[in-house]
This record gives sequence, structure tokens and C-alpha cells, in this order.
Amino acid sequence: MKQKLIVIGAGMASGRVLEHLVEQAPEAYDITLFNGEPRGNYNRIMLSPVLSGDKTYDEIVTHDDAWYADHGITCRFGERVAGIDRAARTVTAPGGEVLSYDKLLLGTGSNPFIIPLPGHDLQGVIAYRDLEDTERMMTMDAGKRVVVIGGGLLGLEAAAGMAARGAEVTVVHIMGHLMERQLDESAGFLLRRALEDKGITVRCQANSKQILGQDGHVRALQLDDGTELPCDLLVMAVGIRPNVALGADAGLAVGRGIHVDDQMVTSDPDVLAVGECVEHDGAVFGLVAPLYDQAKVAAATLLGQQAAFVQKELSTKLKVTGCDLFSAGDFAEGEGREDIVFRDPARGVYRRLVIEKDVIVGAVMYGDTADSNWFFGLIRDKTDIAEMRDTVIFGPAFQGGAPLDPMAAVAALPRDAEICGCNGVCKGQIEDAILGGATDLGGVRAVTKASGSCGTCTGLVEQVLAVTLGDEFVIPAAQGICGCCDMTHEDVRRMIKSQRLTSMPAVWQACDWKTPDGCHVCRPALNYYLLADWPLEYADDPQSRFINERKHANIQKDGTFSVVPRMWGGITTPDELRAIADAADKYAVPTVKVTGGQRIDLLGVKGEDLPAIWKDLNDAGMVSGYAYSKGLRTVKTCVGTDHCRFGTQDSTGLGIKLEKILHGAWTPHKLKLAVSGCPRNCAEATCKDIGVVCVDSGFQVSIGGAAGMDVKETELLISVPTEQEAIDVIRAVTQLYRENARYLHRIYKWMALVGLDWIKERIEDPTERAALIERFEVSQSIYRHDPWAEHVTKQADTYQPLANLSLEAAE
Amino acid sequence: MSTWIDVSALDAIPRRGARVVKTALGCVAVFRTAEDSVHALDNRCPHKGGPLAEGIVHGASVTCPLHNWVFSLETGLAQGADEGRVATYPARVEGGRVLLDAAFLRGRVAAE
Repeated sequence: MKQKLIVIGAGMASGRVLEHLVEQAPEAYDITLFNGEPRGNYNRIMLSPVLSGDKTYDEIVTHDDAWYADHGITCRFGERVAGIDRAARTVTAPGGEVLSYDKLLLGTGSNPFIIPLPGHDLQGVIAYRDLEDTERMMTMDAGKRVVVIGGGLLGLEAAAGMAARGAEVTVVHIMGHLMERQLDESAGFLLRRALEDKGITVRCQANSKQILGQDGHVRALQLDDGTELPCDLLVMAVGIRPNVALGADAGLAVGRGIHVDDQMVTSDPDVLAVGECVEHDGAVFGLVAPLYDQAKVAAATLLGQQAAFVQKELSTKLKVTGCDLFSAGDFAEGEGREDIVFRDPARGVYRRLVIEKDVIVGAVMYGDTADSNWFFGLIRDKTDIAEMRDTVIFGPAFQGGAPLDPMAAVAALPRDAEICGCNGVCKGQIEDAILGGATDLGGVRAVTKASGSCGTCTGLVEQVLAVTLGDEFVIPAAQGICGCCDMTHEDVRRMIKSQRLTSMPAVWQACDWKTPDGCHVCRPALNYYLLADWPLEYADDPQSRFINERKHANIQKDGTFSVVPRMWGGITTPDELRAIADAADKYAVPTVKVTGGQRIDLLGVKGEDLPAIWKDLNDAGMVSGYAYSKGLRTVKTCVGTDHCRFGTQDSTGLGIKLEKILHGAWTPHKLKLAVSGCPRNCAEATCKDIGVVCVDSGFQVSIGGAAGMDVKETELLISVPTEQEAIDVIRAVTQLYRENARYLHRIYKWMALVGLDWIKERIEDPTERAALIERFEVSQSIYRHDPWAEHVTKQADTYQPLANLSLEAAE
Repeated sequence: MSTWIDVSALDAIPRRGARVVKTALGCVAVFRTAEDSVHALDNRCPHKGGPLAEGIVHGASVTCPLHNWVFSLETGLAQGADEGRVATYPARVEGGRVLLDAAFLRGRVAAE
């Protein structure tokens, strides 16, 4: 005899239970299906494609009227069950009709969570939950303004859908980055950028205060800081809560959700529950995969078969066109956890694997998620990845084959091959150091000094170590900032920004420094990072600067200094030249030389004479030339249109303007510019950090040149028609360099890491360019000054000896 | 017998910094650490004669400004792979004043 089964709720979970039942045992139950919504089962997770217009409602229906009819299911749609009497095993329909059951299945789903902000009951404030909400949002076409509260999966899908219809959408998110439960900061940032590219405004760390209305209809959302975001529709997508009311009223055991065991049976053996309304082993569910697992188990239980629901690792994908995003497992940092991170900023690709004991426990991917299932499999199956650790981040295509051995080339080098050019160390010396007991980079460096200067040969030295030591040596994934800290420069910078570290002790603490106050390697770097990131908050620390910057002059081999007054754009006057000559006479300067950057260098000035010679030069109208600084040095120029028959623009004038705008700007390394008036390039602009070549049509701005330890030609950043735009681009790219490059990396080294295209994108985007310029000017409001004048008036005495005991000793 | 002489206020030397004291036999660098201890060393790196007073002070060490040799302020010994030693002299702080031992400073050439 057929038993009676009543199902309450036609959601994705209960729909799947019905499928299993009618497939396996169509004769087992007489089924009645209640649903509050006036329709049957449809694929709720496809509502976002419906919203964005990629699909229609008909396409996402999973069971139509014919299906229910074919399987003899009685449908009572649009009827909300009034109550359950478990003792009598009956269900009361809204009209008062009482139906008896042998088995009851609850699939009541969840309710969207509405923040009880003042004004939440205004018209036009909705959740994003069902087809009605979706249809409501679909009326928000071009020109309508929408605010979405909630930067999670649901909120972003809603936002993207409405933006695709032409609405002006702002997402307000309380956390520091989007989808913080599924994504780390980096991926959150990329996602934000992609959404902003779609025209969606994103406000993170934004706290909603109240919803403002007019004539009973929503008018705007007001944030804590007073900002008002006008809107015609306000969508709250801040989370869901299991809908337990019916179950609780019936006296079932309820926690956050309706309690179920591994067989999906509630505290009443005749009542089962599946989907978002349940709580299993402390967990509640919002994603579809576990719901389907539950459905399978519930069907088996109803058919008297053995089955058990097991919670599994979950993965998330965002269904927004153009935002390829995947997250699975646990990506939180923790003890014993290691990261493998792959970034390709130019392509907007980011991958991060979190590994614990050679097993991947979490993965976050953005931009290219083609391999996500493979990674998910590794997480789910707890695969040991020790064997493929070096290449696992590149995905399945790179596993299994025989990768080229990068060590072969180093192994083949002869013993007398030079490895470290700075210190003249050859391979044989490094091998000897290793045989003598050095087992790591630090050990080799201590004995041979190899890689101890500019560091460009670090990789080679590591490879010699690897070849010589074999398996005993593992090339470190990333080089720490120095012996004081294992974190890389990039990680330290990220910490400074994300944790708002505004002092050196805060950095030492947060980044686990092993020394009490750093060393000569890390302190200047930290000092730079802090003043670059927090120009207004951070006080520059002279004791963490090299002597050249601390004393605003270049130290020479005999302990004397060289003094270089600024000559804007290379222009000087007879008066200035006379003042320089007088100063040279007065302070017995042994050498007067023209520098490579078209300035005059007074070499051999005694340390205690510095304030006096500066004062004389200041009095003649000259200021410090910063020839000592990791900052703007000079802007070299040719004569351009003033005198030259080929000159196309006023290159000297532009050089002067640039030098006045940029002077005093601290940068990761020295910054040299040049402006040439025509492609003959007399100012040699194409081997400078930033070069401008004036042409008939305007100005070619190129970056990444060098003529130091490496010789590099610049690459074209942008061609612009006006002088003002050239100046803007240069301010913006200088700021981008300041904010992102590693200390002591010149632009060409930074460019090799991030790619010219990445820099171009930032500079070409008008919003980013403007923001960079604004931050540049904020910093320059503090740092664009003359340190000579300051030291002459405030601390000239510190240049004198502390005491003079020579007389005392002579007595 | 020690003859302590008062050379300056401690505050005249920056924390993690140094100033020089001139003597008839050359300059002595007086260092002040982050913890306010003072150390007096010859102001001359044994490598290429770099003025140690211009170096970066970290922990109880100073890095020479010319070629980054690192010396212990307590022992004057070069750290790491480098070899060499800088002469050190007694120095102490008393009542916010820096005291050096004049007898030691005078005798240093003879002692070498």
C-alpha cells in the first residue's frame, strides 16, 4: 500500500528529493507538494542570469506542470502550510483543510536577512531571494539608481545583473574587501577592479546608518560618515537565515536550523528535512552542492535504504560574466600553513594555494579558473602534492611531463665562471665555500660576499648551492627583506598598508622582526615605505637613512662630502656661477666638476663646513640638488625650440617645470629624468628612469631606462598632445612607482616585475591617474622643501664635534 | 687611575646615532643606542677608514657608511665574515651627561 508523503517547500533540495523518489520507486509514495510561492521547482541559483538577461525564467524551471502530472504529484502551489500536528501526523493547509501523512519532508529554505536599519520598511527596499525580487530588479534599467548592501556572492550577482541592464549601481560593503569569506585581499581587489570596470561603484568599509525615504518610498542610503547614496531601489543581500518557524512551531529540535542527523531525519523519526532550513553537525547550508547530497540521502532514507550525509569541502564560483572567480576550502593563514601564490598583474590573473603538510587545504583563483575543478579535486581528496609542489600552481597541464631542468645550465658552468660581478666571485669559490660548510645563501654570502652587493646574482648563487648540495638545499620561495625578517619586501609593504602600520616599531612587531631595531638593510627600506605610504602621519627617521640622506651630501671615500646645488632644468646664471665659484674658494673645495646630470659638483667639502657652504649657496638663491638622494636627482634637458633648429617643443621649459614639481620626492631609488626637444635626443632621455622626447605631435613619455649597473633603453609609456598631460602622466607614474616598487629597485627593475602593460593600464585610466596625482601632491606638500635651509637654521651645531679634547690632551 | 671627563649632555647625541669628539690623536665616535647606553670607539673603520660616526646604529652594532662593514659597539670586533677591530674606550652616562675616560683616550696610541 502506498504511503503518504507531504513535502513542504518546492526548492532546489526538495525538488531533487522528488526526482530521486520518482526515479527509484515511483510507486512508493503518494506525494503532495506545498509551496508558498505560486510555482513549482526552479533553479534558484540561476536567478542571476535571469536578472542579467542571459536567461529567461522558463529556462530555469526544473520541473514543469507536465512533470508533476506525469508522476502523479499533487501540487498545492501558493499555499503556505498553517501548521503541523506531529502527534496526529497531519498538516493543516491555509484554508483549514487537514491532510494526514506517513512521512513529512521539510524543505522550507531560508529567509533573507534584513538589517533593521531605520527605513528598512520603506517601499523599494527589497531582499534578493525569489523570482518576485528578481522581477522587481529587472525593472531597474538604464539610468535608474540602485544601492546594494552586501558585497558577498549574492549582492555582487544582484549588482552585476542590474548594472548589465544599465542601472547605476553602488555596492556598499561593511568589510575591507569584497567576498571576504571566500576571497583573500588580493583576489578581492581584482574582483573590485573588474566590477568597477563594469561601471559598478564599490564602497568597502562602509557602514550603513539609515535608509532615507520620500512619500514612503526609498530615496537614499545614508552611511555613518554622512554620505548619502541616492537610489530608486535598495537591495539588501547581507545573508540568509534558515526558515525554522514551521518546524519549531511543531516542536522539532531546532538550533540555527532544524536539527537533522546523518540520515536527514529530524528529532521526529517521521519528519525529514533538507536544504537551507537544516542544521547538520553544527553547520547550515547556503550552497547547492551539499543540498543535492542531502536530497540523495533523504530519498534513500524515505525508501528504507542505507545512506549518510557527509559534509564536504565546498567551492564557490561567482556567476558574473567577466569575473572568473573560484574559492574552495580554507584559505586562512595559520601556523604550519604555507602559501603558493601566482600573480600575473597584466592579465589580472591571481592564484593562491594554501598548503598544510603537503596537502592543499584551500585555493583562491581569480581571472583564470579553468583548472579550478582539478584543484578542488586535490583539496577534496587530500592529495599529497610533495612531488609536484614546484609546478602545482600552474595546473594540470604542467604535471606529469618532464620539466626542463633549470639547473642544467648552472651545472655546466666551469669553476672560473664569474657569478657575482660586484664582488668578483666565481663559481669555484662558491663551491669551495659550500664544501667548507656553507649550506645556504647567508652562509655563502658570509664567506665569499657573493650576492652581497646588488643582489642580482642571488638566483645564480642559489642554483650553485642546489647543484652542489643536491636534495639538501631547497631554493627558498622568496627572499626575506634581510636577516632581521623572513618576509619579503612586498609582504612587508602589504602589511604596512593593510594593517595600517604607521611606525617602525609597529612594523617590527607585526612582521615578527628578529632583531630589536633592524639593521642597515631593513631600516632605510622601512623608513621609505612608511613615509611613502603615510606622508602625513609618519615622521621621517634620519637615523634610518644612509649618511648621504641624513647629511644631505654625498660622502666620499676620505669622509669628506660633495655638494651639488640645484640648477633647475640645467639652467644657471652668471650670478649663480659666481656664487658657486666664491663658495669653492672660501671652503677650499679641491675639485669642481660638472656631473653627468648637467649640474656642478663641489667635491671634498669637510663635514663641519656643510652648513656654512649651504648657507652661502642658499643666500645666492640656490637649494639642495638632492644629488645624494633616493629621490629626484635632476631633469636633464636640451635647448629645444629656444635655440635649436630641430627642436619641436620647449624642452628646457618642461624640464624646469618637472624638476620644480618633482623635487624633494623620495622614491624607492634615485630618479633621473631628461627631456629632449626632438628625436635626436641630445638630453639622452631614452636611458633615464623617465624620459620625454618632444615630437611635432606632442610628447612621448617613456620609462624604465638606466645607464648604471645595467644599461637599458626606455620603453614608451604613452604619447600625449599637451605639456600639461605629460606632466600629469609623469606625476602619476612617479607616484605609482613610489607606492609599489621595492626599496632600491629602479623603475626598470620594478617594471620587469609588474610589466609595462600593468603600469600603462593604471596611467591610462583617468580615475586612477587623478587619484595617483592627488596622493603625489599630498606627499609633496610635506616633502617638497629644501633640507639645506632647514639644517642651517635648526641643526647646524650637530655638524660640529660633540667636544674638542685636543687642547686638554695637549696640556 | 681613571679620569672621567664630562664631554656633553646625552641628549646631544641622537638615539641610534653618534657624534664625534676631537682629540689630539684623532676623532673618537661616541654612540648612543636605542636603550641609551653609550659607547666610544675610534672613528675609523679598519677596512678603508670610513667614519663610523656616520653609520647606521642598530642593536649594539654600527654599520660603516662606506662599505657596510658591521662592528660591535661593545667589543669593537667586526661582525660576520669581515675581520678587524676598532679600538674601544670606556664611556658611561651619569645624570644625563656623557663621561669619557681621558686617561684612556690619551694612552691609546701607546697601547696600540
